[in-house]
Amino acid sequence: MWEKLLYFDRRIIFLLIGAAVLIPFLTQWTLPHGKITATTQSLFDAIEQLPVGTPVMISFDYGPSSMPEVEPMAKALAYHILSRNLRLMAVTLVITGPQMADRAIIPVAKQLGKKYGKDWVNLGFKPGGAVLLTQMGESIKRAYPTDARNNPTIKLPVMTGVENYDDIGLVVDLASSGAPTTWIVYAHDPYRVNMAAGVTAVEAVDYYKFLQTGQLIGLLNGLKGAAEYEFLVGRKGFGKLGMASQSVAHLLIIVLVIIGNIGYFTIERHRSRRR
Amino acid sequence: MRLQIPIALGFLAGAFMIVQFFVPYYALQMYYEQLLDWAIIIGAFALVLGLGSLFRSHIDKIRSRHPDYIYSFVALISFAVMFFFGIFYGVNPRTTFDWIFNNIQVPLEATVFSLLAFFMASAAYRTFRARSVEATLLLVVAVIIMLGRVPITDYIKFVDIHGFSEWLMSIPATAAKRGILFGVALGIVATSLRILLGIERSHLGGGGGAGR
Amino acid sequence: MPEPSGITEILGIPTDIIGLWVAALLTLAIYSFLYGDNPVYKFAEHLFVGVSAAYGAAIVYHQALVPKLVQPLSAGLIQPLLAGNPAAIVWSKATLLIPGMLGLLIFGRFFRGYQWLSRWPIAFVMGLGAGLSIPRSIQSLILEQMHGTMQPVWPLTGGGFDNLLLIVGVVCTLAYFYFSLPHRGVMRWLSRIGIWFLMIGFGAGFGNTVMARISLLIGRIEFLLYEWLPTIGIHLGGPGIG
Repeated sequence: MWEKLLYFDRRIIFLLIGAAVLIPFLTQWTLPHGKITATTQSLFDAIEQLPVGTPVMISFDYGPSSMPEVEPMAKALAYHILSRNLRLMAVTLVITGPQMADRAIIPVAKQLGKKYGKDWVNLGFKPGGAVLLTQMGESIKRAYPTDARNNPTIKLPVMTGVENYDDIGLVVDLASSGAPTTWIVYAHDPYRVNMAAGVTAVEAVDYYKFLQTGQLIGLLNGLKGAAEYEFLVGRKGFGKLGMASQSVAHLLIIVLVIIGNIGYFTIERHRSRRR
Repeated sequence: MRLQIPIALGFLAGAFMIVQFFVPYYALQMYYEQLLDWAIIIGAFALVLGLGSLFRSHIDKIRSRHPDYIYSFVALISFAVMFFFGIFYGVNPRTTFDWIFNNIQVPLEATVFSLLAFFMASAAYRTFRARSVEATLLLVVAVIIMLGRVPITDYIKFVDIHGFSEWLMSIPATAAKRGILFGVALGIVATSLRILLGIERSHLGGGGGAGR
Repeated sequence: MPEPSGITEILGIPTDIIGLWVAALLTLAIYSFLYGDNPVYKFAEHLFVGVSAAYGAAIVYHQALVPKLVQPLSAGLIQPLLAGNPAAIVWSKATLLIPGMLGLLIFGRFFRGYQWLSRWPIAFVMGLGAGLSIPRSIQSLILEQMHGTMQPVWPLTGGGFDNLLLIVGVVCTLAYFYFSLPHRGVMRWLSRIGIWFLMIGFGAGFGNTVMARISLLIGRIEFLLYEWLPTIGIHLGGPGIG
């Protein structure tokens, strides 16, 4: 009986997972936001403490492959930054970044009545990674002679008084890769710009070591981090909406692992008895 | 000479960066910023390099009438269409390029990666076994993290699963990750030194005429 | 030819709606793979390969090559030359011809007999990157991280115990990866404890990976339910602004 249970068509598991995610949505079941993680709170507090007009940089280092996790963070952050009347500058180290920035910021800016070029700017993609971050430490306008729309940065009001990292209140790297480490090594440590990160859950464990040293002042971890940030800024979004499905799917996988183990050890015991 | 000159060039560029780091002398500053510009420009060309192998593999498939060669046409035609709109009509919001990105590239890429949810669940069910002390530890920690990262366990009042999972990540897991990082960082420094000194040459490989 | 970006509807249907339908059908095309490999999936997969490669090329052209190379070269070198006024050449911009030429040499890779030319730009970029990385990696990834590990362990309450655990964990993990001494005696125990810490690290990584993968699926389901279904009049009451 256990053998049948362990080796059935894997498409049944696919169906179970699909149902676990779908049913909470169809029944419109939502959960409270849960406890706010300390690292989420510290990022929120850091932005709260910035004086009005301070430039804040978000590095959009993710692509469509991790968008469901990171885009809700980006929208909540953009909302927080723009609604506090801080200046928002979007940069990126990855090629899909410019479009990710537009997707996240344009609807939020529209909702808040914020103007492109005055309140926020998308500086677009430049290659180089570490080299680019180093160049920004000397001159951001030299690193970005134009924005993503090919406007000269020197003429954009949002860029007034922005020379290098000294003028940036905070950099938040939203990433699905090792980009935050590059930012820490080439921007935070040499130029002492404040840094935080929002990363996919896969990457998150790798960044706690930088929190403990103060190289990062805050960290958003996966969809839960996004949901928490949405709660803190008081904005409905896809982060919170997904948490019920996320909970059910986790419970399902845990149950599956337990059944799998019971089955495996039962079969093993039978086999060793037969021998 | 075909190898020595590039190695010397790499050494000079790298040595200059190291000198500049320790002696940020103002007269060097101009050259320093210029070199950074240069590296970024060359980096842009390098990014386009990947297209060569993409074309080569699909054209080869079409030429050899590979069973799936018809799909290679799909890849090449979709490249041509996207490239045409991108280059000639720009990449700004509300362009055709942006429309294709948001309505074709985004759903395709996001959905391909979301397939992993299904395969991971199936793999966890079939292979995740508590066979040894170490495997059991891994499994138990994974389960605690899975529970601690979703709000449903906040209903359990007598034990703080969320807090415990955060502690697991910020102390013991961080210790392990930091141990690994030391190894990785020393590896980065050693490889960088080997590149500078011309001992590591694999990135210069291909092209024949080595040593001449 | 009309400017395509000006088009907002085709046959009376707004391009936004068409976009949602294209995206939804492609999403379902990829999910058809769960049942088994099939032509619809293969079509979608190759569509993705082509589109994403062209996406990258166009972005690099418009956002990197044009502003960083073409525009400064044109303003600083080509226009003064065309105007017959060499005195107006801006040398800091004109010298960008050098990385421009070096960049083109990379394509030597595709021409038999000239592959060695691509070594120049690659050696330059790799050398520069190595020089940039050595001091900074030592500072950030080694010194700062060592500093973070060497924190007071007394009193044990109030963070001391955690700091002690960090030190033990780091040392034991390093011991596990240290192969210059045989893992016997004390080393055997240190590396054994190191494995336990590594397993906690990997377990945490696995738990988070499960979370991430499920989140990606949730993202697609949300798209289908809250963006696509409303186009056929089914409203589930989404988050308002998404």
